[in-house]
Amino acid sequence: MSTATPATAVARTRAAGRPGSPQPSPALSHKARSRELKNAAARVLVWLAFLVALVPLVWILWSVVSQGYHLLLDSGWWTHSQKGITARRQGGGAVHAIQGTLLQGAVTAAISVPVAVMTAVYLVEYGRGKLARAVSFMVDILTGIPSIVAGLFIYAVWVTTLGFQRVAFAVSLSLVLLMIPTVVRSTEEMLKLVPNELREASYALGVPKWKTIVRVVLPTAFSGIITGILLGLARVMGETAPLLILGPYTKSIATDLFGGYMATLPTMINQDRTESLQPAVDRVWAAALTLILLILVLNLAGRLIARLGSVRK
Amino acid sequence: MATVTGVSVADEMPGPDGRTPLSGDRAGTGRLGDRLFGGAALGAGLLVVALVTLIGVFLLWRAVPSLANNDANFLTSREWQVDGQHPRFGIVEMLWTTVAASSIALLVAVPVGVAVALFITQYSPRWLSRPAANLVDLLAAVPSIVYGLWGLRTFGPKFEPVQAWLTDHLGWFPLFAKTSISGSGTILFIGIILAIMILPIVTALSREVFAQTPITHIEGALALGATKWEMIRTAVLPFGRPGVISASMLALGRALGETIAVTIIVSALSQGTPWTWSLLNGGETFASRIANNAAEFDSPQKTGAFIAAGLVLFVLTFVVNAVARVVIERRKAFTE
Repeated sequence: MSTATPATAVARTRAAGRPGSPQPSPALSHKARSRELKNAAARVLVWLAFLVALVPLVWILWSVVSQGYHLLLDSGWWTHSQKGITARRQGGGAVHAIQGTLLQGAVTAAISVPVAVMTAVYLVEYGRGKLARAVSFMVDILTGIPSIVAGLFIYAVWVTTLGFQRVAFAVSLSLVLLMIPTVVRSTEEMLKLVPNELREASYALGVPKWKTIVRVVLPTAFSGIITGILLGLARVMGETAPLLILGPYTKSIATDLFGGYMATLPTMINQDRTESLQPAVDRVWAAALTLILLILVLNLAGRLIARLGSVRK
Repeated sequence: MATVTGVSVADEMPGPDGRTPLSGDRAGTGRLGDRLFGGAALGAGLLVVALVTLIGVFLLWRAVPSLANNDANFLTSREWQVDGQHPRFGIVEMLWTTVAASSIALLVAVPVGVAVALFITQYSPRWLSRPAANLVDLLAAVPSIVYGLWGLRTFGPKFEPVQAWLTDHLGWFPLFAKTSISGSGTILFIGIILAIMILPIVTALSREVFAQTPITHIEGALALGATKWEMIRTAVLPFGRPGVISASMLALGRALGETIAVTIIVSALSQGTPWTWSLLNGGETFASRIANNAAEFDSPQKTGAFIAAGLVLFVLTFVVNAVARVVIERRKAFTE
């Protein structure tokens, strides 16, 4: 080695690494083959997993669309309620349930988004020490709380303890419990991804911390936060369990959050799920399709806003 | 334990605790705006703590009177008679059904979900990556009641032959023993349905963290001669691990407490059915039993019994999340 010039040493290394050149030892070539095999196996498995994951999606969508679409083409579906319609009769619409779902979702979002975003800001920008650990821990716990438990809790407070009736606002309260942790976690992840350089640059210009957060950090993470909010909203709008406990179904249009029952799409589906009469079965699938479409539209709108409003890119 | 890329996970994704960035920042200067905004943020955090505490307190408060009246052992009894002066109810059967179904769901969904996330972020052709991600998101947009409907009316009948095959060929194994349940309303089947339901959660979050893997890590691994799979194992997976764990936690929480899909599908057992370990048996999870009886919350005694079941479910998810969190913390301690 001492006699070789640096140039020949480099050349020798290159030759060893070039494909097609004689391999240094059979042990190494065996190793290379097993590495390549593993690589190929991983590729096949990953592709397979994706295809397998698509099967239920396509199947569910096909079931719902093929059995539900024809009622949605009828304009009555979007303008009428189920008032006076029995399982045996065709006709009627879902406007009462659509309205109820939208109304409860809006109330839920209005309460939970400020709380959740501020909690995430606290965790990422302010939280230090034990208290921050406690808050973060509790968000995790809240994340894992089943919807039925959230419903039971609100029932225990709203009906058993305070003595109120089962109303739409109570449903929204239980949905708030489910929406907060989703939004906190996604917002937190997004805030963490905001480069510290941005914050430091802002501080260096003498901008106060709160203004840095409001004008630099939050806008940078905006698209991610919106996505998180919409995923949270999508989750709670399709939620049925708390509604079973707190929001009984009704066939007519209701707008009062604090009195009487209010129909929603999930309870509309649940109402007739065991029905075997064809008009009712059709309506169940149509309501399911409506609910999926509603959530889908929300998602798409959110993505669009996120893309338009994004500071990055 | 630094990763092969030389950068530990904790350096890249600092948690709210034990984190490094801006640790010395005194940017909050005590100006009015800073104090108000910081106070609001703190208030929101405290509200979350208060909410969780209140949930525990209220459920316990409402459950205790019924538990005191209970003539059977709440933890070990299989009975569920909540009417009358001398109610007898216990949770052991619901506990088994819930835990078994959720375990099946997690065993299926986490590997598949992570693989799908890897597909979307690493393997798929460029033109396919975005549509694929949107498709899986679409699965998350399907409400649980639709899964229930589909499972009951469409998938269930198709799944019955699989169960028949299992009892025929693996029936000697206690988990697949034949039971009195004839349809598809079994623990195994709700496990599969739950797996499909939590798959998008696992995928969406894993995908998000995998996509954030620093390009320098990826290029570094490739430059050292790693194959694509080795690059993923040494750069993408370690970076995404906290995300995958939190995704699995979310997923498990949803599986344990999933209500309406399970309620619709699973065949409830009548009182006094003999005990079996079989996954092809019916049963009721905590959530489905509460939901099935939601219309009967008329007396405080009855309601209290169901709230007690809800409390157990709450404690269960609490423990699962706490354990998962300890695991993450410990891993973090090792990586630093």
